[in-house]
Formats: sequence, structure tokens, C-alpha cells
Amino acid sequence: MFGQIRFLSTTLILLLAACSDSNTPRVSEASAMPAETTGQAQTSAAQVSGPVVVYSSRQEYLIKPLFDRFTEETGITVQLQTGEEGPLIARLQAEGKDTFADMLYTVDAGNLWAAADKGLLVPLQSDVLQANIPAHLRDPENRWFGLSVRARTIAYSTERVRPTELSTYAALADPKWMGRLCLRTSRKVYNMSLVATMIDRLGVEAAQAVVQGWVNNLATRVFSSDLLVIEAIAAGQCDVGIVNTYYLGQAQQKRPDIPVALFWANQEGSGVHVNISGAGITTHAKNPTGARLLLEWLSTAEPQHMFSELNLEYPANPDIESVDLVQSWGNFRQDNINVESTGRLQSEAVKLMDRADYR
Amino acid sequence: MASAAGKHSSQVSNLPFNILGLALVALVALPVLVLFSQWATLGNGEQEIWQHLFDTKLDRLTGNTLVLVLGVGVGVTVLGVSLAFLLSMCEFPGRRWLDWALMLPLAIPGYVMAFVYLGLLSFAGPVQGWIRAQFGSSNWFPDIRSGPGVIIVLSLVLYPYVYMLARSSFLMQGRNLLDAGRSLGLDARSAFFRIVLPVARPAIAGGLALALMETLADFGAVSVLSYDTFTTAIYNARDGLFNQAVAAQLATLLLGFAIIVLVLEQSSRKQARYTQGEQQRPMKPIQLTGPGAWLACLWCLLVLLVAFIIPVAQLVLWVFESGAGEFDSRYPEYLWHTLALAGIAAALAGFLALLLSVFRRMKGPGGTFRSLCVRFATMGYAIPGSVLAMGIIVAFTYVDRTLIQLLGSGPLLVGSVFSLILAYITRFMAAAYAPVDAAIDRMKPSMIEAARSLGTPPARLLRQLYLPALWPGFLTAAIIVFVDVMKEMPATLIIRPYDWDTLAVRVYQFTAEGQWERAALPALTLLLVGLIPVIVLVRKSARPG
Repeated sequence: MFGQIRFLSTTLILLLAACSDSNTPRVSEASAMPAETTGQAQTSAAQVSGPVVVYSSRQEYLIKPLFDRFTEETGITVQLQTGEEGPLIARLQAEGKDTFADMLYTVDAGNLWAAADKGLLVPLQSDVLQANIPAHLRDPENRWFGLSVRARTIAYSTERVRPTELSTYAALADPKWMGRLCLRTSRKVYNMSLVATMIDRLGVEAAQAVVQGWVNNLATRVFSSDLLVIEAIAAGQCDVGIVNTYYLGQAQQKRPDIPVALFWANQEGSGVHVNISGAGITTHAKNPTGARLLLEWLSTAEPQHMFSELNLEYPANPDIESVDLVQSWGNFRQDNINVESTGRLQSEAVKLMDRADYR
Repeated sequence: MASAAGKHSSQVSNLPFNILGLALVALVALPVLVLFSQWATLGNGEQEIWQHLFDTKLDRLTGNTLVLVLGVGVGVTVLGVSLAFLLSMCEFPGRRWLDWALMLPLAIPGYVMAFVYLGLLSFAGPVQGWIRAQFGSSNWFPDIRSGPGVIIVLSLVLYPYVYMLARSSFLMQGRNLLDAGRSLGLDARSAFFRIVLPVARPAIAGGLALALMETLADFGAVSVLSYDTFTTAIYNARDGLFNQAVAAQLATLLLGFAIIVLVLEQSSRKQARYTQGEQQRPMKPIQLTGPGAWLACLWCLLVLLVAFIIPVAQLVLWVFESGAGEFDSRYPEYLWHTLALAGIAAALAGFLALLLSVFRRMKGPGGTFRSLCVRFATMGYAIPGSVLAMGIIVAFTYVDRTLIQLLGSGPLLVGSVFSLILAYITRFMAAAYAPVDAAIDRMKPSMIEAARSLGTPPARLLRQLYLPALWPGFLTAAIIVFVDVMKEMPATLIIRPYDWDTLAVRVYQFTAEGQWERAALPALTLLLVGLIPVIVLVRKSARPG
């Protein structure tokens, strides 16, 4: 009887699958080249057949223009599957060698670290990427590469705070900020990464004391987005907060005279905490050559500048300039700790924030 | 089973139906089973995380979840039953259009309601800004990012489930019961509370169970409003601690809450079985006059204002503020995808719910087992879409691998429209099952018995007896699933084929980055399209006369 059920259900599945427009990307014979052979050999667009399939947790409007430009230049099309990073990585893992994905593109080094840790990304030796992307913004084992830089720093009210009162992230734990601090939820990976870096720099105990101090200083419950933190500072609900810089850019585009400014944290010490959006080639890529071309292309001048235009981020390639609005915030020194540590220490950071009751 | 027993000819003819039913249950329950299978992975890493969760926040999250379920339970019952009573059994100015208008909030996704009210009522929002401008301080203003805030927001989007089912139950009772009560010397109020309401209890409980399972599965509204629940812990285990197994294990515990809800619902049904009498006398409504009429009208208007008019007005305003720049040539495509997915899923879910309901009622041994099977198959409603989606992907990858070995062709299921449809069916089977099952409940057993005793085969029973009587229930089921699928975001996001963006996915693109003004256009489009099936539903069930 069980056999009959299985037969029936398989038949049902097959029938329905045949009826539905399954829209599965191609698996061409030419692209069956193993991923490991993407060595030093120079490749050109002419050798690539078929599209590059990218799994991305970045929002479509932030990266599709880049891929469109790539297609214009090389004739190679890009298929974009967007989604939340957790499910995307899990899907990649479940699909294993049958995956369609050639490239994984996410925000936050922690996610890329997790994917690499699960063996989903393959090392890539590329002179282009070595030259264009600074060492601390890529995986030490070359499985993923940062493409844009996102700086997380202190935002303050220009009406109620003098910049001389500010110094480091840790100093925001000082009781003088009691009832004046706004934070985004600890469930956002940006805060996990910031705390992970603090664990690396200060050790678990000192980092927990800082987080505890932040929680004590909170003016109100944590927010679900950095934009809300900025709006709260502008409206007077609190005086300082910690945000990614491009969110202030978005707020300034909407309201140029918003009374909130950025302070570059930790300039006397380790530098501003930075994270990346970045990408790697999947272990079971069917089109590794195309994926490699795309990845290398993304590190070159024009797309690098586009990152700054599209989301007011910083190009990972230090030779490329940002747009004017981003430049108006001034220069700062980055924390040059390898962003890989944010992934390695992320679960430690999550637990620490739970212990400190940072929600 | 039945053929081995070989006792009775009608049981033998049931065999294919039994098999079909079981296959169906297996298909729908597969993703949930995959989640349960994750308990097999309980290594040191998992144990350490569990210990950590116990030590830090599991008690708070469980408490928060219970508070939310209780609060929303009270909220949707008060809103749903009071509105259903007023609009189906009374008469007052404006009743006719309020009757359908109050169903409209069903088309608003919970996360949209949450971000609209967060934008309006937060400290930095216009309401508190105005209060500060007038009175200097708005510190007394309650924070919407709190338990009560989430409860109100979710009650506003979920009360239509209770309203809808209670209303049709009241309508179907007609005046008979109320009059019977009054002829026994009860006044109208006691007659309502002592007779009409108890008779409608199964319907109310059914709507309530749907609303509460949606509450358990909600991630969008609670995360916009920064309220930690069990669901947020699932996400945190997966995305923060990088542990899929613990995330799945937590999800199965969430089902514990759902089972409590369902047991309560079941027990409310068990105590009574009501079947429909012949032809109901057309209802003669209670005519409200004076202050009573005003209050009734005011209450309905207030709910409509808060649950529909204000959110829609805010979305329209945002669309104007952000300009039509968001509109692009792909909108017809999003629309078509949304409608196609919702339509196919709705029709299939309605049909499969019918099969399941008949399967559960089949004669012969194993009745309890079949009931359990069906219960299990409707569990997906209480699991957050994004988590359920993982179960689906794991299950389908496995099926794909097997198929590849058998047939030698590429993956068929993962990343196909079919898998997305199955995800919807798994997720929303409970929503389809409730109205269909209730419709079967209302059928007179005598009719079925008579047909059965004549040896009518199940297929014919289905075609000639069940289908005509069940069409209204089927339609309700299909429409609820249609609207639910339209609003569904997390499972769509991860399972959809790469070029199958829907309106809900479009909303997510912007809300994920907190850009609510830009999310307003897809959200408003989604809402307007969602109104169509809701209006169909209302029309269909309008009070005669």
C-alpha cells in the first residue's frame, strides 16, 4: 500500500510539475567545467556561454543596475534571485551540487563567512581582485570579496550634542548618555558585526560591559531600522545613536536640513567599524567563468563608483571616489581588522547581546 | 487496510480514496515533517544554544507570545462578534454599506498595517509631532512599539476572519432561534447571549483559530514593531547563530502553541453539533433607533476608520510624496504573477481541503488516525512562511535528487512555480479547510446516510451531493487563500523562480531597508487588487432582502 501511495504522489508531483511553468535556468554542457579550474587563466566574455545566476540578499534596486551595465558591456546576462540571506544560504546548501547559483552576493561579511564555512564558496585566485580589493575586505582564503564598504558610526543631534563630547562606541556606555541613546535592534546583523569586532578588540568581558552600558543608556525601546534611529534623533527622542552612514544620506536626500550629523568613531584607536557587501563564486557553479568575469568586473572603476551612487556606500576599491554627498561627510580611518572576524565571532556576539538584554 | 479486511463492499471502493487522502496529507505535511526531523540534529552546538536560550530569553519570548495570542484573541473576538451581530441582526443607518466595508481590512497585510501605524504614531511621526507643537510634550503618548501596540495592529488585520464566520453563522440562524428564545420569555439580549451566540460558537472558534495561527506565524508586524516573540527567536537562531537545526526545532515548538489553540477550538465544537434546518425564514432585523442606532453606527465607523481608511489614506499620501517614480513597466508583470499564483493556489487549496474533509469523514476503521492526519496537514498555518519554506526546499531537493537518479533530467521542483504553489497550499491549508469543513458540518447527516446506505460510491457522493452543497464553503475557502497568498511574503521570496516577483516581494524590497514611502505604491496596489476577491466574498454572502 505504501508503494502505491508513493507511486501516486510521485505521479501527482510529475503531473503538476509538467503543468507548471518550471522556469528552471539552463544547465548547458559547456558550463560543466569544474569550479576549481578557475585558476590564473585569462578568460574573456566570448568564452562564456549562458547567463550567470546570482543569489543575492541585496535588494534588487540596489544591484540590478550594476548587472544591467555588465550585460551591456560583455553580452553576458545575469539572472538574479533575491531573498533573505538566511534562507538563500540554506537553499544553496540544500541544493548542493544541483544548485543553479553561480554566485552568492550578500551584505555583511558574517553571511559570507557562514556560507564559506559551510563549504558553499570556492577559492578564487584573481590578480584583478587582489589588486582592487584591500586585504582586510576579503576572505583570507579568497572565497569571497568585499565590493562595497558600509561604515557604521555615531550619529548625533547637531542641536543638543557637540562633537567634542563624542569619541568611541564604547564611550556611549558612559552614564552621561543615560536616557539619550537610540539603538537599532540587536537582531540586525550590522549590530552583531559591530559587537563581534568589539569582542575581537576588547575581549568578551569588556565588550559585554560596553553593551550593558548602552542598554542602560537607552532612551526608548530599540528600533527596527537605522532610519528610525535617525528620525528619533532629529525629533528629539534621543541625542545619539549608531547607524550605517548611507541611512543618513537617505535622510538628508529627503530632508537636507535634518539636524543630525555623523561622528567618526574610534579615530584615536582602531578606526570606524566597517562591513562589506560582497560576493563569492559557489562551489557547484555551472558557469564559474562567467561568475569570475562578473566578480572581477564589479571591482573595477565604473561599477565601484556606481555602488556609491546607488546606495551612498563607499567603494571597496580605495582608488575610486564616492559621490559628493558621501564625500561631504569627510574622510575617516577604517578599522582594518579583517571583516572575516565578524562572521567568526557573530554567534558569540549574539549570545553576548542576549546576556546584556540588548533586544 | 480496508481491502485486507474485505468485509464490506463500500469499504473496498473507499480504498483509492484512502490512498489519495493519505498521499495528499503526506504531500502537504512533508515540509512540517522535515522540520520535525531536525530534532535528529542535537549535537553539542545545538545543546549549547538551547542552554543559552533557556538562560537568557526563552521565558520572556514565551510570555510575550502568550500575551500576544491572548490579546489578539480577545481583540478579534470583541471586534469580530460585535460587528457581526450589529451588521447581520440589526438595522441602523449605514448598515448596508458598512456590512461589506468592514470586510475590507482582510486585504491589508499585517506588516503594512504595522509600518503605517509606526510611521503615524511613533515619537518622530506626525501625531506626536503635532501634540508636541501644541502642548510641548508628548511623553505621555503610549509607544506603539509595545505589546498592546502589536495586539491592536494584529487585531485590526485579523478580526475579519471572526467577523466573516460569525456573520454567516448569525445569518444562517436567521430569526428562528432568536424568536424561539423570545417566545420562551427571554428579552432580545438574553436570547442573543443564551441562544444565538452559543449556536454560533463553532463558527466563532473557527475564525478565532485562524486568526491566532496567523498571529503565531507573524514575523512582519512584530519585527517592524520591535516586539520579540517565539518567531523572532527562530529567525535569530538561523540568521544570528547560524544554526538551522535549532531554528527548525524552535519552529516545531511553535506548533505546540498552535495545538493548544486547536484543541480549544475543537472542544468548543465537540459540545454541540448543529445542523441546518430546511428553509430559513428571511430575517427580520432588530431595528435600532435613537442613541442605540448612533452608537452602533459610530462603533462600526470607528473600526472602519482605524482598520482601513487611515492606513489607505496614509499609503496614498506616501505614494504622492515619493512620486510615481517607483512605477515601472514591470508592474503589470508583478500583478500578473500575484494573481496567477493566488488563483492557482486558491483553487487547488479549496479542492484539496474538500478532499481532506471528506477523507476525514470516511467510514471504516482508522477514523481517529485520519483525523490526526488532517490536523497535521493543516499545521502549516502556524509556521512562519520563511521557516516553512526551508522545510519545502529541503524536501523538494530530496525529491529532485531522486527524480534525477530515476529520470536523469535536471531539477524539476526547486525554484519552480509548482514548489511555490505547494508552499502556499501547505501554509494556508488550514484557512481553506475551516470553511469547507464547516460547510460539511452543516450538511444534514441524514442525507449522507441515506446516500451511503444506497451504496453510492464516494466519487459520486462527492459529485452529486457534496459539491453542490459545498460550493459556498469552497468559494469562501478559495477567496481567503487567494487573499492570504497575495499578502504572503517570506515563502514567496525564497521559493519563487528568479523572475517571478510579486507585489508582496516588491513591498519587501523597500520595507527591508525601512523605506516605507517607497513601499507605499506596491503596498497600495496589493491592497486594491486584494479588495476584488474580498468584495466578491461580501457580495456572495450578503444578507438577503
